[in-house]
Amino acid sequence: MTSRSAIRFWFRGELQVIEDFQPTETVLDFLRLRQSACGTKEGCAEGDCGACTVAVVRPVGEELRIEAVNACIQFLGTLDGSVLFTVEDLKMEGDELHPVQAAMVKHHGSQCGFCTPGIVMSLFAQTHQNRPADRAELEDCLAGNLCRCTGYKPILDAGIDATAVATDTAEIYRETISEIHDEGELLAGDEGRFFAAPTCKSSLLKLVAEHPDATLFSGATDVGLWHTKLFRKLPKLIYLGRVKELLAIDESAHELRLGGAVSYERARGAFGALDSDIEELIRRLGSTQVRNAGTIGGNIANGSPIGDTPPILIALGASITLESIRGARTLPLEDFFIEYGKQDRAADEVLTEIIVPKLSHSQRFRCFKLAKRYDQDISSVMTGFCFTIEEGKIVESKLAFGGMAGTPKRATNTEAALRGKTLEEACSLVENLSSDFVPMDDHRASADYRMISAQNLLKKALIELSEEEKVATRLKPREAIHA
Amino acid sequence: MPDTQLREVRQPKAHDSAIKQITGEARYIDDQREPAGLLHCYPGKASIASGKVVAMDLSAVAAAPGVVSLIKVADIPGKNDCSPIFGDDPIISEGQITFHGQVIFAVLAETRDQARWAAQLAKVEYEEEKAFISVEQANSNDSTVLPDYQMGRGDVVVDLAKASNRLQGHLEIGGQDHFYLEGHVSMVEPGEDGDMLVHCSTQHPTEAQHQVADCLGVPHHAVEVRIRRMGGGFGGKESQSGQWACLAAIGAKMTGHPVKIRLDRDDDMILTGKRHEFEASYDVGFDNQGRIEAIDLTLLGRCGHSADLSGAICDRAMMHSDNAYFLPSVAIHSRRLRTHTVSNTAFRGFGGPQGVLSIERVMDHIASSLGIDALEVRKVNLYGDEGRNTTPYEMEVFDNIAPELIEQLEASSNYQNRRAEVVEFNRKNKYLKKGLSLTPVKFGISFTATHMNQAGALVHVYGDGSIGLNHGGTEMGQGLYVKVAQVVADSFGIDLERVKITSTTTAKVPNTSPTAASSGADLNGMAAKIAADEIRGRLAEFAAGLFQASKDDVRFENNEVVVGTERLDFTDLVKKAIFARVSLSSTGYYKTPEIQWDVATGTGKPFFYFAYGAAVSEVTIDCFTGEYKVDRVDILHDVGHSLNPAIDKGQIEGGFIQGMGWLTTEELKWDDKGRLRTHAPSTYKIPTATDTPDVFNVDLFKGDGNRAETIYRSKAVGEPPLMLGIAVFSALTNAVVNATGRMPKLNAPATPEAVLLALRDGDYLV
Repeated sequence: MTSRSAIRFWFRGELQVIEDFQPTETVLDFLRLRQSACGTKEGCAEGDCGACTVAVVRPVGEELRIEAVNACIQFLGTLDGSVLFTVEDLKMEGDELHPVQAAMVKHHGSQCGFCTPGIVMSLFAQTHQNRPADRAELEDCLAGNLCRCTGYKPILDAGIDATAVATDTAEIYRETISEIHDEGELLAGDEGRFFAAPTCKSSLLKLVAEHPDATLFSGATDVGLWHTKLFRKLPKLIYLGRVKELLAIDESAHELRLGGAVSYERARGAFGALDSDIEELIRRLGSTQVRNAGTIGGNIANGSPIGDTPPILIALGASITLESIRGARTLPLEDFFIEYGKQDRAADEVLTEIIVPKLSHSQRFRCFKLAKRYDQDISSVMTGFCFTIEEGKIVESKLAFGGMAGTPKRATNTEAALRGKTLEEACSLVENLSSDFVPMDDHRASADYRMISAQNLLKKALIELSEEEKVATRLKPREAIHA
Repeated sequence: MPDTQLREVRQPKAHDSAIKQITGEARYIDDQREPAGLLHCYPGKASIASGKVVAMDLSAVAAAPGVVSLIKVADIPGKNDCSPIFGDDPIISEGQITFHGQVIFAVLAETRDQARWAAQLAKVEYEEEKAFISVEQANSNDSTVLPDYQMGRGDVVVDLAKASNRLQGHLEIGGQDHFYLEGHVSMVEPGEDGDMLVHCSTQHPTEAQHQVADCLGVPHHAVEVRIRRMGGGFGGKESQSGQWACLAAIGAKMTGHPVKIRLDRDDDMILTGKRHEFEASYDVGFDNQGRIEAIDLTLLGRCGHSADLSGAICDRAMMHSDNAYFLPSVAIHSRRLRTHTVSNTAFRGFGGPQGVLSIERVMDHIASSLGIDALEVRKVNLYGDEGRNTTPYEMEVFDNIAPELIEQLEASSNYQNRRAEVVEFNRKNKYLKKGLSLTPVKFGISFTATHMNQAGALVHVYGDGSIGLNHGGTEMGQGLYVKVAQVVADSFGIDLERVKITSTTTAKVPNTSPTAASSGADLNGMAAKIAADEIRGRLAEFAAGLFQASKDDVRFENNEVVVGTERLDFTDLVKKAIFARVSLSSTGYYKTPEIQWDVATGTGKPFFYFAYGAAVSEVTIDCFTGEYKVDRVDILHDVGHSLNPAIDKGQIEGGFIQGMGWLTTEELKWDDKGRLRTHAPSTYKIPTATDTPDVFNVDLFKGDGNRAETIYRSKAVGEPPLMLGIAVFSALTNAVVNATGRMPKLNAPATPEAVLLALRDGDYLV
């Protein structure tokens, strides 16, 4: 297999071949500092405001995707094999405005204009769906683009107009991409400082074995901040986003297998199909930009006690596979989290696969995310509940929580208390959660609130599942969630 | 000029930079091509809230890669101060630390990353002292930045004792970060004679000019401050931009190199002030309809470590604690508390919102105690005719349209039917509860510091008939530039496209006031019109001579000059005028008439007029978690006769959402060490698109225009709509009252946590 030492991508109609770059150089720094292409703005340098949004076209297997991503935390090396679009690229022939731009002007969608390039790019990516978007889709498309001036109304109106007339798909870039798409491994830099992007699992595992001190990453939605905010030196970066085995999604009648580098957005279809609550959770997780880049594997591997997907996966009984050149092992996800900041992963191991069993006929599932803000916020409390109900009684339950302890964790005492009880009986037992958890107390939520709302969310699930209760329990009903 | 002759004014023109913004061509300071030899400055921050620096070892900083030089307090050639008024804001701490994050030195390096990284390497030893962080700590220790202040009338003690009903309450009101998308940034280019060209993202170029000149010890004329556009301001760049310009200027002076400083988002939030937290306590007496008979109100403002603009902000809070209501017997007490936190500053509304929110809570409290709809209580308390039309500071409310505006909105929003539907919904639902509220806004327009109500403009007519326009106002997204250009275009009867809007600079228009207090268009629009009309007068006189007509018969319309039956292209007239040696450049100067303020008595006419508006909000809360959704919002807002209805609508919608954010999800949290824990968008949550109301109806009030003689009878629109967001807070309060049957302990912001705890406080459990 061939190996390259320079990254290659398309920018402004020209092929960029770059050999000399810091592993942590961001796409935003490439644009603003190298290219003096200052249309793309830095608003927060942590992937939360979207002012730096750019669109990237990249192949994933046979599929060609156009994705809005946050340039501020996207490392330059991840652009290898892609086409990069920024706000300056959108004007069409003869200086005609792109439909998104024209609609933004018509609806007075910019005031101070600083968030505007990012908003334009998010809408630009959306127009490649080649169908009109409704308000809910546009709110979702823009959840990662903060605007402090307009109150969003004119921007949503512009999005409705623009997506009604735009007719592109990512396919139009296939020929361009094919010119630079190869299976070649990438290793830019030297032994002490490199950006590596292997393309198959065996070379990945070999590389990790040689450099157990390297940082593994996919979307950099977390690792990017180690660079921009925490001043951590990251001399050796290994990018997982080109390893084909890690990008696979396999579905059988009984389970779903997600490669370790499958993005949230790619997983959304199959994972969200397991239950509409999961679909809504994934929709609320981060933002479009974060979901395009970030992965469920990363959400697990970083060991955060407040990650959104681990409680769901634990409740579903998911397991993960860790591999190294020494071999592979599969373990229940809940055993992976040892304590705060400590996971059951050796330095040379890579999380290669997440195995999610599908729900059986007797299982009922609910998950809830609680945060200060509905969209694009980190959870105060995350819950995943799976009940096995037979003859009106709970024979087994998996009640997993985030934000309630140093790790994502099951409420084993409460699970025991619920065993053999009817749903109605169980409602009065939710206070058992106090014996399972001593929740954290921080700027997102007080310990009290976390405990009370965790109890109430369990009660909400039980009420919803009990046959008799048909009263409204949600601001956004389950029926209103669309995959 | 009669409305019939206006071609550009009143039109929904696009923002002057709309096309450039959506193509990425609009340049902000950090986008400017960097001059050769540019150095990057970054501040080093204190890691305690209160105490002294005992030792500071910067050797590792100096030795870090790329570092060229360090700026220490001793390197400041002139005055070490960047305060707007009181001389109490050091650019670099002289050893006493008064808030966590205070600047203690700065680094100059070849790249911004190098400067930022190096600034982390300082080794500093401190001697910590007691820190006051909360309002309560400062209040109980009488820690203030400025003296207490009172205003009011009548004998409140007696009148409260006589009142038919009486209640007391307390409301904590959180602060708010501006979260302009473009953080603070300045770039300074040294010139000859020690001159400095300062590009500074500021709402107050004149103040930045003075601060830079003073810290360098040079005359004001040696410093030019220039700003084409900001990526948002909201008050945050009124008095707190100068510090960064000063640091860059000191670096430029030290090294002879151009210097840029751009704060990282987290540092911007840690190092610059925010909306003041307030605590309001009230003792109110009222009749059985809820009509207030007497009220005693105390407003505690958390100012932070220095005075900044806190005096005027707390004054404005007092002056707005009547909102749209007549308070017959009233005492308002204000304390300006000093805490060991960043110095709070101007933010859209400038204290007004805290005052308005306080009295709106009183309305909701009275309503819940009487068991009647809060709208009825609001209505009986509105300002009215003679005898009920003077404010607590004895200004006549001469332009009161609140009753009419509220009546129209009540009808157009279908308030009464929806109230019935809310009652029905709540009867049927145990886990979800709805609330509905209509709240008005009356907001005083003018700087309360009378001398600041002045503006200048400079207009040039060039030989091809194109116009160069400059004025003291700054563009931060609010659309000021296009509004003023519309005014100037109509003065000459020419197309808007012929007016070139140029960067605000202290070299063209001096001694300006900040673009603040919603006054930008009122002041600069008028100054620009005066300048343009002066030139038009000269051109009219010249044209009259050309056609042997009277000056009064000359009309400027459709890019032509019309004199009787004669028509001449505007450009041709200009060419002839230059040939005939007519001056085609003029300044314009405007000062707001009529206003005055007597500090000693707390009375006067501080405002030229009032702007009005009202909003109806309907919300649903989830009683399991306290989460909520804003279902519908209807707004009717008064902008007089609008200069530009599209821009004005944008201000109303954006202001409303920003006000809603302040009172819902935007929560500032400091720990007991004085560290801000919510210093980035990951932890500080401004509204996203999803948070906007499902139904959002916004209309401009169709009235008779501004009764005060403003530019084309328009009204200021920057700040007033922010307070429309109070309708959401009030509706959330109403939802909790509807669930619990009593007034909850619900403070602002009403985060989901606050709502759930309020439900529990009212013993409403799911």
